[in-house]
Amino acid sequence: MSKQTVLNATHRALGAKMVDFGGWDMPISYGSQIEEHHAVRRDAGMFDVSHMTVVDLEGERVRDFLRQLVANSVDKLKTPGKALYTCMLNADGGVIDDLIIYSRADGAFRLVVNAATRDKDLAWIGREAAPFAVQVRERPELSIIAVQGPNARAKVQGLLSPELAAKAAKIGKFVACEGDGLFIGRTGYTGEDGYEIIVPQEQAVEFWNRLQAAGVTPAGLGARDTLRLEAGMNLYGQDMDETVSPYEAALAWTVALDEGRDFTGRSALEQQKAAGVPRTMIGLVMDEKGVLRHGQRVVTANGDGEILSGTFSPTLGKAIAFARVPAGDPGAVQVDIRGKLVPVRVVSFPFVRDGKACDGV
Amino acid sequence: MNEIPGDLKFMKSHEWARVEDDGTVTIGISDHAQGLLGDLVYVELPNVGDTLEVGAGCAVVESVKAASDVYAPVAGEVIKVNSALSDKPETINEDAYGDGWIVVVRPSNLQEDMENLLDPDAYAEQLDNEDD
Repeated sequence: MSKQTVLNATHRALGAKMVDFGGWDMPISYGSQIEEHHAVRRDAGMFDVSHMTVVDLEGERVRDFLRQLVANSVDKLKTPGKALYTCMLNADGGVIDDLIIYSRADGAFRLVVNAATRDKDLAWIGREAAPFAVQVRERPELSIIAVQGPNARAKVQGLLSPELAAKAAKIGKFVACEGDGLFIGRTGYTGEDGYEIIVPQEQAVEFWNRLQAAGVTPAGLGARDTLRLEAGMNLYGQDMDETVSPYEAALAWTVALDEGRDFTGRSALEQQKAAGVPRTMIGLVMDEKGVLRHGQRVVTANGDGEILSGTFSPTLGKAIAFARVPAGDPGAVQVDIRGKLVPVRVVSFPFVRDGKACDGV
Repeated sequence: MNEIPGDLKFMKSHEWARVEDDGTVTIGISDHAQGLLGDLVYVELPNVGDTLEVGAGCAVVESVKAASDVYAPVAGEVIKVNSALSDKPETINEDAYGDGWIVVVRPSNLQEDMENLLDPDAYAEQLDNEDD
């Protein structure tokens, strides 16, 4: 029996097509997935992401613990509210999960980790936290609604108390504020501005309905996937996992080799860097008709690789993908689609940002 | 629930076939199938002149979510393909039994092939069972 968020009946009443995602019964789309995608790029859309796991950390040594737990440096979080995207690595430098860490008042921290990796994440975090006497508390009673798009922030602010609306209007990107029982982060997974709002589950349905009444379009996991890939954002399990280092997943920017911080996986990463990273993740665009898909073979000058995330980009009207290929100049790249080698272009990503195609895409 | 036209016959895998007045057979995918696939973004068509065998792949339809083979409900030679679909694959979403047709074949074993297909009632019954 798959798990349900508190919004499950709401999704069904809206006519959503439901699928299993990481053990959760979630809406993939309510109607046209492409229209939902465009609604986020052009106006405002909302996603129920309550399947994701919220974990609160408290304790005197919580900052020391996080210095060890993750590859990015929590020392970048100098003021309450600041958020950090990072990977949590095993000793071999493989990615256990990617997550966002929010700093909170009184030195506490909040993590949001993936749904599909919940069990292993909680086990790992709990084990690693024990020597630091850090209290690890999962918060299953909290729901998460992501509201994204150029008009998302204004529409959310219109539903908040004047005090909280003023706070929410002021926060910069990758910063959170709290009030009236809500936790509002200016973060997201779409390449658009917006908020991810953590709300007590008994208020989630009402909040969702008020957002809808304010003109925010419900959007499913299908649109979420095309939006995040256009935005050049990785999906755990597809673009990286425990057999892949951040360097092989285009996540070097999330690794901080700051002095004197011995995070788990650091020595493996340093060795890999010294020896040369064997594989690299590249962005692909296909100008011919068709769709790039996970698992397709990618032919490069240095040998074969494969498509990780691949999809049709509704904004660009053509297929885009991430591929992991042998390191080095890939030369002219082709993708094997049902036995036919189709030329593709190697491009930097994001593919789309703030509603528009990026240069060179 | 869309009405299923009475002059169509179906494969279990959701392709439809319609015998035209001139004896050719038009082939497409059902409205139910397009609904399962979601927004279509690409259709790979066969070439005019290709020979089709019953149950062999004759086209590929791709939605944002997935690629799906279209199997030939009857054997024969492809005499027409719906090339408008290459620019507007979403026509299948909008009109699966009409403008969203995929190919027309000149059948080589018409009577027997058609007898092996499901009539609209039997196909509707299959869909009901799938929903359970």
